Amino acid sequence: MRTSSKALPTVREVHQARWNEPVVMEMGVPGRRGAVYSAPEAVVEKAVGKAADLVPAAMRRKNRPALPEMTEPDVLRHYLHLSQMVHGMMGVNLFGTCTMKYNPRISTHLTLRPELATLHPYQPEETLQGLLEIVHSFDLILRELSGMDQFVFQAAGGAGAAYIHACITRGYFQAKGELAQRNEIISTIQTHPCNQATAATAGFNVITLPLEENGYPSIEALKGALSNRTAALMVNNPDDMGVYNPQIKDWVKLVKKAGALAFYDHANFNGVMSKIRARELGFDACMFMLHKTFGGPKGGGGPAVGAYGCSAELEPFLPKPIVRLDDKTGRYRLDADRKLSVGKVREYFGNLQVVFYAYAWARAMGGDGIKEASDLAVLANNYMEKKLLAIPGVFKSQPQMTMHRMEMTRYGLGPLKEETGIGIVEVGARMTDYGVDSPWLSHEPWVVPEPFTPEPGELWSKEDIDYWIAALAKVCEEARTNPDLVRTAPHNAAIHAINGARLDDPAWWATTWRAYKRKQAPAARASGKASASR
Amino acid sequence: MRTPVRNANKLSDGRAGPQQRVRVGLVINPLAGLGGAVGLKGTDGAAAEQALALGARPQSHARAARALERLSALKDCIDLVCAAGGMGADLAASLGFSHRTLGSAGSATTSRDTRDAAAAMAEAGVGLIIFAGGDGTARDVFDGAPGVGLLGVPTGVKMHSGVFGASPEAAGQVAALVLGSEPARVAWREAEIMDIDEEALRLGHVAARLYGYARSPHERMAMQNCKTPSRCDDDPALDALARRMVREMDTGVLHVLGCGTTMRKIKRQLGGEGTLLGVDVALNGRLIATDVDEARLLRLTGGVPFKVITSVTGGQGFVFGRGNQQISAAVLQRAGRENVMIVTSQSKLVMLDPPCLRVDTGDRQVDAMLAGYMRVHTAPGHTMMMRIAA
Repeated sequence: MRTSSKALPTVREVHQARWNEPVVMEMGVPGRRGAVYSAPEAVVEKAVGKAADLVPAAMRRKNRPALPEMTEPDVLRHYLHLSQMVHGMMGVNLFGTCTMKYNPRISTHLTLRPELATLHPYQPEETLQGLLEIVHSFDLILRELSGMDQFVFQAAGGAGAAYIHACITRGYFQAKGELAQRNEIISTIQTHPCNQATAATAGFNVITLPLEENGYPSIEALKGALSNRTAALMVNNPDDMGVYNPQIKDWVKLVKKAGALAFYDHANFNGVMSKIRARELGFDACMFMLHKTFGGPKGGGGPAVGAYGCSAELEPFLPKPIVRLDDKTGRYRLDADRKLSVGKVREYFGNLQVVFYAYAWARAMGGDGIKEASDLAVLANNYMEKKLLAIPGVFKSQPQMTMHRMEMTRYGLGPLKEETGIGIVEVGARMTDYGVDSPWLSHEPWVVPEPFTPEPGELWSKEDIDYWIAALAKVCEEARTNPDLVRTAPHNAAIHAINGARLDDPAWWATTWRAYKRKQAPAARASGKASASR
Repeated sequence: MRTPVRNANKLSDGRAGPQQRVRVGLVINPLAGLGGAVGLKGTDGAAAEQALALGARPQSHARAARALERLSALKDCIDLVCAAGGMGADLAASLGFSHRTLGSAGSATTSRDTRDAAAAMAEAGVGLIIFAGGDGTARDVFDGAPGVGLLGVPTGVKMHSGVFGASPEAAGQVAALVLGSEPARVAWREAEIMDIDEEALRLGHVAARLYGYARSPHERMAMQNCKTPSRCDDDPALDALARRMVREMDTGVLHVLGCGTTMRKIKRQLGGEGTLLGVDVALNGRLIATDVDEARLLRLTGGVPFKVITSVTGGQGFVFGRGNQQISAAVLQRAGRENVMIVTSQSKLVMLDPPCLRVDTGDRQVDAMLAGYMRVHTAPGHTMMMRIAA
């Protein structure tokens, strides 16, 4: 059944603020201050000494930090302007493979409380009991969701957790004396590429299994890849296109039979929360992304955490320290005396504030709530799929597959591109003109022409989802009626089409102010177009 | 670029019942493929005589026969119209097909003969022309019979066009579906006819262009796609892989290096330019023979350890049997499956539809030996497990 466009809401004319805002490093004026404090009274100084002396000599800066000198309103105005140029990070954002969730402000307040914000990781563990209790409590929640025996939160993202697994695989087989022989890790083409990349970084050869005619990687290909050289399987399920492999249990059996480890990358956990447990499927280890599935901030919103959990057999190899509860005393301690540990993958304990977000989310949801959220995420995606496929020019990847997709579906605009010459990049840019964040396309390699992968999740309302669909439908229509309008988009955004010619040029890209000054500023000054070059 | 003229006598509408005799044309280019094993990259123009002088063996008839055998059950259902003599009628007669012959054939055939035969068939009202040849033959048949459905039996050197079966048997199988009782099972598409300048190819330059679109039956597994070019963003991974492979080549082992831009990266790492569209041989870190033919390969590999390294034709997935016939079934039989190494980019592999590699060596036993899953090298330390369909 094709859905008529009348069923979709009317898209709003949106116009972002444009402030042509300089880089903050360019905004300072010597002598300006955010706040000027009066000198301490003599009685105070007599009691505690000079303020500078309160800081140990080894920690004092020799030189003042090279920060711009600005007033407090200058700073607030600058960041307000920036937020106005990105929809305040509150646009309708159905960013597939990323499970973008609203980050409740109450969780933010929790992480900003002094009991967490003023702690130092080198404090004696006796003074960290509250923090350690929350870490341990959340560890228990993840054990319940996965069936694993121990979690660590040191990795600052999903790739970090995948790297932990590659390192643990190395350590595990080294301890067994098989590392020289077992030097291969198997993955699939629609598993997140960080798995293949981290396996290679840890020194393994990588075998990738392609999708077959039926849209799944085949068990025959897995059998062909398995041997006494296999160290591990690292796999997503559902995969990067929202496809759940129903043979996964058989896969894991084969991997175990070959003497290898099985790692479950739960990046796409939202569609199967409380439905499956990695350990019961036979996996030795798994990973959750707290900044996605568990309501923590992601990307520009904050740091990340890849929570890595494993079986008791692999536990000795986990990064250190591990939080332990002493049953006798009821006190928590940091277990760092671990001879087989792979060491650290991140400073201190990782980004513990995200663990607090996730703990707050899990406690608020409860077991039943998490299960219901998964149902809603799959329902919302399949609702969305019906409506998206009614838009001429949109096709679904692997259309021959009859099973429902899970929490997301990969689509393509190949037919629209063939008809109009307009592809997904132009369409995505034009969607921002209607207040919708540009959609996520696909990880590399692209197996679908002009791909995009929306994921509605459980949090976005039906109205938000319908609005997103309406914006896409509107732009696809414009591609036919006014292709130049789409080709030259965005028009109502703070920054118009970006020239990406130098995106892959290491001689030009600059992710720090120093790099900018070294690489781009001379050219910008020479051309007299400093602001336009940013 | 030419576009096809719609022919009223289409076969795409499922109208052919078993009781109705379907009129179909057969044109064979008896010289097609002669240049392959002797390393001539094609057989257009004067290359046929040169190929024969170099000892090439005609193979077009034998391969066309393998396709026509798939139609033996339909002998009474089709009204076969053949080009004269060695261009079709002789083979039809030898296989027991009743047929009509159009025109007459001389001892030497030219592309003009192919065009004239196709035009006569269009005039006779055929709905489908089965032709045996390569890209040049496809172009000639298309010129002679624009608008008529085309189905190619691959017997040439390169088959970059999208009108060919993946093998002679596959072409025959598609023809049987179209001409039999289930034509509705076969979709039709506008398939690319590619025009290759063989003179330029022999000089090492790839000069291909889209010549036109012909209507052609399409069955995903049985028909090959048009060749697609490589993507330059794969270059860093393949450059690194080429360096690694050359560094790790075993001393004292011959390495037979196939054709194409990916293989050229390896050849350049060996210190030479090698042959872009030819087969070269390396030993102990340097090229020792360039642009070799089958006979020389058989001499070089006699009694010595050797490996065969080859790439994949983009969009088509062929590993052997397209443009690299010098690495013949006999060479591959001698090498064994374990000494075949495939190198290509990951993006080329994931865009294959159907998602498998193909071989068409001309020897069914060798094709069967190569069939199954094989690791394809895409970057240093990275392989993809690909299925080879025979």
